[in-house]
Amino acid sequence: MKRLVINPATRLEGHAKIAIIMDDKGEVQDALFQTVEFKGFESFCIGRNAEELPVITSRICGVCPWAHHMASVKATDALFSAPPPPTAQKVRELAYDAFMVHDHTAVFYALAAPDLLLDPDTPRAQRNILELVKRIGRDTGAKVLALRKAAADILTITGGRATHPIFGCPGGITRGLSQEDISAIRDRSRQLVELAELTNKVFQDGVASKKEFIDLFNTDAFVNRSYYASLVGKDGRISFLDGDVRVVKPDGSTYEEFKPASYMDHFEEASLPWTYMKFPYLKNVGWKGLQEGEDSGLYRVGPLARFNVAKGFTTPRAQEKFELFRETLGSPAHQTLAYQWARVIEILYAAERITELVDDPELGGKEIRSQLGKIGEGVGVVEAPRGLLVHHYRADERGVVTFVNLIVPSTHNNSGICLSVKKAAKHLIRGTEIPEPVFNRVEMLYRAYDPCLACGTHSLPGAMPLKFELYDSAGRLLGSESRGL
Amino acid sequence: MKPERTKPKLAIALGATCSGCDYSLLDLGAGLLDVTDQVEIVYWPTGIDSKLEDLQAVPDRGVDLILFDGAVVNEDNLEMARLCRKKAKMLAAFGSCGAYGGIPGLINSGSPKKILLEVYQGLPTRSDKAEALNFEGEDALPKMLGQAYSLDQVVDVDVYLPGCPPPLKLVAGLLTDVLAGKAIPKGTFYASNRAVCYECKRVKENKSIDAIHRYHEIQPDPTRCLLEQGIVCLGPATRGGCDAVCCTQNQPCRGCMGALPHSEDSGAEMMSALASIMELNNENKEADYTGIFDGLNDPLGTFYTFTLPKSILGRRKVDQS
Repeated sequence: MKRLVINPATRLEGHAKIAIIMDDKGEVQDALFQTVEFKGFESFCIGRNAEELPVITSRICGVCPWAHHMASVKATDALFSAPPPPTAQKVRELAYDAFMVHDHTAVFYALAAPDLLLDPDTPRAQRNILELVKRIGRDTGAKVLALRKAAADILTITGGRATHPIFGCPGGITRGLSQEDISAIRDRSRQLVELAELTNKVFQDGVASKKEFIDLFNTDAFVNRSYYASLVGKDGRISFLDGDVRVVKPDGSTYEEFKPASYMDHFEEASLPWTYMKFPYLKNVGWKGLQEGEDSGLYRVGPLARFNVAKGFTTPRAQEKFELFRETLGSPAHQTLAYQWARVIEILYAAERITELVDDPELGGKEIRSQLGKIGEGVGVVEAPRGLLVHHYRADERGVVTFVNLIVPSTHNNSGICLSVKKAAKHLIRGTEIPEPVFNRVEMLYRAYDPCLACGTHSLPGAMPLKFELYDSAGRLLGSESRGL
Repeated sequence: MKPERTKPKLAIALGATCSGCDYSLLDLGAGLLDVTDQVEIVYWPTGIDSKLEDLQAVPDRGVDLILFDGAVVNEDNLEMARLCRKKAKMLAAFGSCGAYGGIPGLINSGSPKKILLEVYQGLPTRSDKAEALNFEGEDALPKMLGQAYSLDQVVDVDVYLPGCPPPLKLVAGLLTDVLAGKAIPKGTFYASNRAVCYECKRVKENKSIDAIHRYHEIQPDPTRCLLEQGIVCLGPATRGGCDAVCCTQNQPCRGCMGALPHSEDSGAEMMSALASIMELNNENKEADYTGIFDGLNDPLGTFYTFTLPKSILGRRKVDQS
């Protein structure tokens, strides 16, 4: 096959590109999903004081600033050898749960719901959240927005503001919660449970209880039997902030479990000749290309990975939904579209967890920071809404940053997204035409991962322009189609 | 029946941004629907399915208000900034990136070549094929301008909404004025004209300091001025409007609201303020103060976190043709 170089591309609005490469027999050989990340953060963070990185790296993404902030805070905890006291840990967890509700609900209503709840023949231009509000009724739309604001309120109470928090510091947090703060959070936590129940009901009624959707989930072309990686907390339950990284095999058994700080011993990245983006894989399994199965080191992260790696939730109502999920889809659930369902159930867990934490006597404690120790190196790993997020820093003896490495969930999932697109394309494409249903199906698949578009292309879910290109084995462009460009 | 008044047209456009400014508009909650009821959104790629042609198709000066969030770091950003200028009756620099360059402006601390190599190739998670970067043809990467600019360094700007992100009450203030058809003088800042200190509840005692502390190293007294406890807080040199939220969180102001009206460079202003409170009461005029700033480590990052492109250090002329 001729070497194809497809460049990362962004036009004025930024767009993702899906390139499909055919072999000599006219069969789909490979597929590439591509976005560009404009960053430079890894470059200009060098020379800064390490304690400023939680402030600076939050600006990587205005949609998931808390994920970057918290990974950064954890990396600086380690860099300054300052494990946070219990009160700080609990306030961090509470705020992060509110962030999960804030982010997951935006993604669900802006991204998933227009695909799943609007008529399939709704013109693409009308598949957006404003249209959805018109359909579900202005009152319901206003209610969702009002309830979701309770999450923003909790983020404001804990972090000063919902976007770009002023919150964590190495070894803890900079402001503890007063009793007034805690009672204001308690009021709002009830609204979040209401929002979570409402959202789960919308999903259950509109999708999970409908045979045609479950059949779609189970369609072989949309099922990818891969490895999964995520953090697991105590008792092997889903944990967004703490614990070790566990990797499970496609059959659901544990393959390995390791401390986040040793991530470099377990993840490695492959290069393919036709893209600048790298393809992370499990080092100890090896890279076999965009292949499924136990021999291929391809792994996935995010809500579906968390569901497949852990054995459930610590809260009762989310656990009930978790069991229904497993009953319906099996375990592990390899159905890529099930990312959306897992996401919706996580909203309920996060809301329930806030109602528990708000009654924890340690939450209002006065000891919110620990003593700093030796300065050196730190790795901070969290479960971002979209999956495992790694911040890795080194600093000199003054605490000035000398090295930064960031692996964002959308990079972890690059191979998985390409695999999903390739498999679907193989199933749906014959010859040089791209039939219309391919667009919808492929869009639904990549949206399931919710690649961090605000990071990558400055475009929120639901509005991301896409370009499809079809190449022959000699690298000649056979045709292209654009949507929303 | 009364004829319906034409709704004002609104667009939100993006440069080099994290999208946090416009994403935070969702936190208006149900109030967002009140806004969308009263305006016609002609272009907002973050929120609705917008095509660039939608904006291009509007007659020149046909959009009542365009909010531009993001710095200008590449040719695409520059083209978008120019398009917005052409289409907007009123163009607003939305957020610290648009107003001052913001966090992406820190890229000005490196050389253009270094930026390119490190951003695109030089990392463990990136390919090492530096020579293969493509800047030609339809799918080319947009050319980097070599540094970051604020919006008003490349086009004429009418109003400013600083903050990272801008406080929602200030955004609401601008939208309310536009909806009311109020005349808004050019150069208006939707922010306070006084320093953050006026909004800060901490007590100032006019004490001098004899050492610089980093905010994470000490647990400051929550009632006293951070600066007077030796923490470099940019409050005295920074516009208010943010309710001094960082100081309330026991963290120093990093200057995201930008320079005060009389000043062009908040970093320089701050260094001057800092110098004036060093050891005010010390009788020994011969004392050696040279070591006192050592704890800063990173003056550029400390004084210009959000404002480097707009500072006297980071300014460079761009070809307007």
